[in-house]
Amino acid sequence: MRVPLKGLTLSVAAALALIACGKQEPPKQAAAPAAPAPAAAPAPAAKPEITVKIGHSAPLTGPQGHLGKDNENGARLAIEEANAKGLEIGGSKVKFELLGEDDQADPKQGTLVAQKLVDAKVNGVIGHLNSGTTIPASKIYFDSGIPQVSPSATNPKYTLQGFKTAFRVMANDVQQGKVLGDYAVHKLNAKKIAIIDDRTAYGQGVADEVEKAVKASGGQVVTREFTNDKATDFNAILTKVKSKKPDLVFYGGMDAQAGPLAKQMKGLGVPAKLLMADGGCTTEFHKLAADAAEGNYCSLPGVPLDKMPGGTDFKNRYKAKFNADIQLYAPYVFDAVGVMIDAMKRADSVEPAKYLPELAKTDGYPGVTAKIQFDDKGDIKDGAITLYQAKAGKWDPLDTMGGTPVAAAAAEKK
Amino acid sequence: MDTFIQQIINGLVLGSIYALVALGYTMVYGILGLINFAHGEVVMIGALTALSTIKLLQGSGLPGPVIVLMGLLVAAPVCMAIGFTIERVAYRPLRYAPRLAPLITAIGVSIVLQQLAMLFWGRNYHTFPPLLPATPRNVFGAQITDLQILIVVLAALVMAGLMLLVKYTRLGRAMRATAENTQIAGLMGVNINRIISITFIIGSALGALAGLMVSANYSIAHNTMGAILGLKAFTAAVLGGIGNLAGAMVGGLLLGLIESLGAGYIGDLTGGFLGSHYQDVFAFFVLILVLVFRPSGLMGEKVAERA
Repeated sequence: MRVPLKGLTLSVAAALALIACGKQEPPKQAAAPAAPAPAAAPAPAAKPEITVKIGHSAPLTGPQGHLGKDNENGARLAIEEANAKGLEIGGSKVKFELLGEDDQADPKQGTLVAQKLVDAKVNGVIGHLNSGTTIPASKIYFDSGIPQVSPSATNPKYTLQGFKTAFRVMANDVQQGKVLGDYAVHKLNAKKIAIIDDRTAYGQGVADEVEKAVKASGGQVVTREFTNDKATDFNAILTKVKSKKPDLVFYGGMDAQAGPLAKQMKGLGVPAKLLMADGGCTTEFHKLAADAAEGNYCSLPGVPLDKMPGGTDFKNRYKAKFNADIQLYAPYVFDAVGVMIDAMKRADSVEPAKYLPELAKTDGYPGVTAKIQFDDKGDIKDGAITLYQAKAGKWDPLDTMGGTPVAAAAAEKK
Repeated sequence: MDTFIQQIINGLVLGSIYALVALGYTMVYGILGLINFAHGEVVMIGALTALSTIKLLQGSGLPGPVIVLMGLLVAAPVCMAIGFTIERVAYRPLRYAPRLAPLITAIGVSIVLQQLAMLFWGRNYHTFPPLLPATPRNVFGAQITDLQILIVVLAALVMAGLMLLVKYTRLGRAMRATAENTQIAGLMGVNINRIISITFIIGSALGALAGLMVSANYSIAHNTMGAILGLKAFTAAVLGGIGNLAGAMVGGLLLGLIESLGAGYIGDLTGGFLGSHYQDVFAFFVLILVLVFRPSGLMGEKVAERA
């Protein structure tokens, strides 16, 4: 057989292109709109009913599909509960409708989805899940004047662009990184710290902040290693990490990598614990790391769900509705929807231009995760951060730092 | 020194995994001159099918390795059926179409398989139960598990087996004839369609084996695991000389070693100027260099006429 060079070169080029831009999948059709909640009694009076479209975007396919679905479930629950209440805004009955989109955690797909939501004339957007998709999409929402509340994009850049439409209900990486770096050096007594990240806007962002905080606290960063958000083999970088004899390894990235990473650390005999930010703080981590999960640490903005006034109740409602456990961000998504609807109520309007100022003024909204108040950039004010340690297959809360108003609010309600 | 040995071991294991998958690519290419981009997804389906079987049998009290073998015995026929169907539905109608057409259907098939697997197995990650001995052995201060040794040995055995098959059997002779010239082989009485189907079936069975080994080694399986693995293995096949069975092995091992030594030492060698995120850049740089000087891969020229 002659080796057809032309075809081969073409194939190599195709392969390189595929590697360069990640797996391209066809844009999936919008998920079916949420079934209208049956509990909303049909209004007998001839009151006009308006439909309010809430856009939602997260990766529903690909390596982070499990997290994205969890987010969408959080939004669905919030919207169905709001519909069940039968709200009236501006004199008409309001029915909320969820437009769920799949951005594949891909920045390019994120902007396409954003444009699609804008074209569908959504009244507000909840999302996206990843910082990498949220930041480029935020410009599109800003240009169209559509308020956006991200439940989980923690890269500081998101709210530093001067877009008055951009909000988030989770402490950003500067806040989280500071706490993590400080905690590692002072409480965990780690002097030599190795840092690994997945080179995404989120992973790199939080790792940079942790590095700064570690150095500021007098710790030493012995090595910085990198992987990507689709990797499964970390033996090479971990072997290098091991040779630097760190006291602690920080990983900036998501659970799908963090789990196998913890496992391979154990396999190679790296004598250090793993510290992660919110991306690794999932139930999935325990499954993936199995017996290597024990003793590792992670942080999550907010106070533990069980300690929040409505936390346990939320967990049960979620379980009853979807017959699944909460993965990670669902409570934050639930709050993001809640904050948006609350602003509509206060403004007595579902028009983006009218309720946006009220959204910015949100002060003390009693969410599931925290008492929510935005600062002038759209970041959550005084967000608490809780550190957890893996014990017997669960994340066990160790310490809650900062966020006095939040903790106080939680205490008040008890 | 033990760090260096560990990196070599990491590279050998990773490389053998690439080689196992690359053999599937190279076999099909050798016969048909077609790049079966869906092979990565066949590997993924092999892994997930084996895993589902293993989970069913886990409570049965059978010894671990037997359960894993049963997993393979179920996964291999499933993958064979899928490989056969893919060739029948997506490639055979396009056999005499321009080269670009089957390449595009290959990518299409891989997307379809990936999404079907998501519908069937869900979005969550599946974990492989610890059925095979995974206690690390100490070799000159480096760690290696029995499973990893098994992967390296299997890759070499499979390669040798395939070479014997192609060289010394009637089927192998028919395969070589088909590879050399499909039409003339047909005129000489070779049932080309049957030979090509068999090629896909063997390649897919190897895919099932590779999938099982990969998910056992990383104890993880997911509907997206085939994509990157497939691309890396394809790269390995090209590096070694696609269409050449020994080349797939050489290319796989080389790529694995380049990746792990690259990630391990590139930072120190460049004084921190380049970090381990240049791991893939480094690997592809070597690939480009090889292709510039040896356009048909490292071992492509000598035996490119054979499957």
